[in-house]
Amino acid sequence: MIALLAELSYWQITSIRLAAGLVAVLLVAGTLVYAHLFKMVSFMQSRLGPMEAGPYGSLQLLAEIGKFLQKEDIVPRRADRFVFKAAPFVVLTSTFLLLVVLPGGPDAWFITNDLGIYLAMAVSSVSVIGILMAGWGSASKYSLLGGLRATGQLIAYELPLLLAVVGVVIQAETMNLQEIVLAQANGEIFGWGLIGNPFILTQFAGFAIFMIAMQAELTQTPFDMPVAESELVTGYMTEYSGLRFLLFFIGEFATAGVFSAIAAVLFLGGWYVPGLDPTDNLFNVLGPLVLFGKVVVLTFVVFWVRFTFPRFREDQLQRLAWKFLVPLALANIVVTGVLKVVV
Amino acid sequence: MTITERQQLSYIAAQAADARVNLEIETEGMTLNIGPQHPATHGTLRIVAKLDGEQVVAADPVMGYMHRGYEKLAEVRTYPQVTTLINRIDWLGSFANEVPFILAAERLMEVEAPPRAQWIRTILFELSRIANITLFLGDMAVQVGAITPVFFAFRDREHVLNQIEAATGGRFHPNFDRIGGLKDDLPAGWIAETRRAMRKIRNFCDEIEELVEGNEIFQARTRGIGVIPPDVGLSYGLSGANIRASGVDWDVRRDSPCGLVHDQVDWKVWTHPDGDSFARFWVRLQETREATKIVDQLLDGIPSGPIMAKVPVIIKVPAGEAYVETENPLGVMGYYVVSKGDLNPFRVKIRSASFSNVSITPWLLKGVYVPDIITILGSLYFILGDIDR
Repeated sequence: MIALLAELSYWQITSIRLAAGLVAVLLVAGTLVYAHLFKMVSFMQSRLGPMEAGPYGSLQLLAEIGKFLQKEDIVPRRADRFVFKAAPFVVLTSTFLLLVVLPGGPDAWFITNDLGIYLAMAVSSVSVIGILMAGWGSASKYSLLGGLRATGQLIAYELPLLLAVVGVVIQAETMNLQEIVLAQANGEIFGWGLIGNPFILTQFAGFAIFMIAMQAELTQTPFDMPVAESELVTGYMTEYSGLRFLLFFIGEFATAGVFSAIAAVLFLGGWYVPGLDPTDNLFNVLGPLVLFGKVVVLTFVVFWVRFTFPRFREDQLQRLAWKFLVPLALANIVVTGVLKVVV
Repeated sequence: MTITERQQLSYIAAQAADARVNLEIETEGMTLNIGPQHPATHGTLRIVAKLDGEQVVAADPVMGYMHRGYEKLAEVRTYPQVTTLINRIDWLGSFANEVPFILAAERLMEVEAPPRAQWIRTILFELSRIANITLFLGDMAVQVGAITPVFFAFRDREHVLNQIEAATGGRFHPNFDRIGGLKDDLPAGWIAETRRAMRKIRNFCDEIEELVEGNEIFQARTRGIGVIPPDVGLSYGLSGANIRASGVDWDVRRDSPCGLVHDQVDWKVWTHPDGDSFARFWVRLQETREATKIVDQLLDGIPSGPIMAKVPVIIKVPAGEAYVETENPLGVMGYYVVSKGDLNPFRVKIRSASFSNVSITPWLLKGVYVPDIITILGSLYFILGDIDR
């Protein structure tokens, strides 16, 4: 694989990576929209969901995209035009940047970086700026309230998210996501190494905190105060239409997919399946599929929670973050550190 | 935080915001228009909220966007035609709107519906209550952010609507009640089918209890939010589940029954001492259960006989005045009918529950946060048609 890539020129490799990145974001987002938003939720709510476009409505998403592309791109008269128009791209950029450090196999990665998870956590914050831009640029009070709520919430939940990752980093002794996967593949739990050591088994507290904080970072119910549709219409997205709304929409699901992929890499062993040699070339093909399977499982949980729970109020979710999740994450770090030294 | 403390704080916040606006220094309060077109207002209620950050300093409901002038229109309709209009007041529990008007007209004419008609009337009255409140139980969850329960509500309300349709021919606007009785008798097999529907509604209530009422987030969002003390509630003219949730044991069905046979069956008036949004939800949930029990008992003992009393074909109501109120799904609904002995009423004054229930909002919304506006409005449960007749 490496040898094959080495023969290609720079622009060829770049094109391949670009195509792979687009596929990795859009395919995942499309699958999540169809499998979870259209079908799973419909079954939960005792209805069938889309059934007309294609077998079992599988082409419904294309119809929706066609619809959004045809719609007029409306900019409110008093909006800050540049900021308003740029905001969805900023949000989507953050999603694509998150993908860069994700490994899909022993050689299937975009970049391998010793600060991988650090970079991921850093670029995930960029979406806050996009959301704030959308809220402020729309010249609408609902959007402004939504944007400000989103900012407060995302900043509050960045901390437990980061602290939950620290436990994994301590245990894996690296911030490189590829090596975190290998550490799980080759790891042992108190000397028992039959299935490696998926960190969900030892970092269960970290996993729970990460999933909760992730739910909040994705602004999914019960943390969807920023888009609270029963009070703020759709929060910062209220004034968007057509393509730009579609970008937000895709961004929401793509980010759900990418965050779940990070969770899968950190806690579920990423592209690795127990029982196989992690250096096997097979994993360059199988790995992305395994990762995708784990992503679907994790996003299932995300959407299950989303469509079951009511939402927190702003002050309640801040209280949950600062008074419960952050102390718990810190305790988790302490325990992990002590055990790391002792065992 | 106790009520008085909360009121005090909101008063201070109001003073502070006013002072800021007056001095034109620092930030101004923001005025947020919720409605008339807004997903949370079930129609066209507009709330003008003065905000300080996310806290409400003052909130005014603006009504009248859907005013249709039914009181005036009723004056140029004959008595049987009026029911067509008043069906559209509370459109989720239409049959219940017809009952008090018909009872008032019957009182003026001094006729009484035969027992069978009274029983079927009561059954349909309770069915429309169930159809109405079922939707509330799902909708309340939507107001606090859970999307799924409302689909269950729509699904199970269908069983009740099917029964109403089977009996009356209309799902939403039955127009079935007549002066002196009912339009038709019940179709064959209706009783067994209604029993099945009641079982489904009870299952739905259990489901809502587990999915919504028992949920910690739902409780955190509704407990202690929008507390109405009993005396304040009474002084604003609240009725129905809204006042019973404040601990006032008052139900027109039990306390002043007229023309309906609620006194023939064994049932209970539920109250809750807290008076907050959760209490209002809880009381309505219990009432739905209680209504299914009432219907079940009534189905057991429908007397035989005619469904129509002897009433002239052309109805002329003798001169006089009558006021009849009943316990409708949304609260106490009353019709004050003045007749001059003509084919049509001289004056009809409609006392609808939602109008009074919404009038408490300026008092209630002071000092709450923006998300709580929606929770409180949702828990007060109004139908726009019931506010703007």
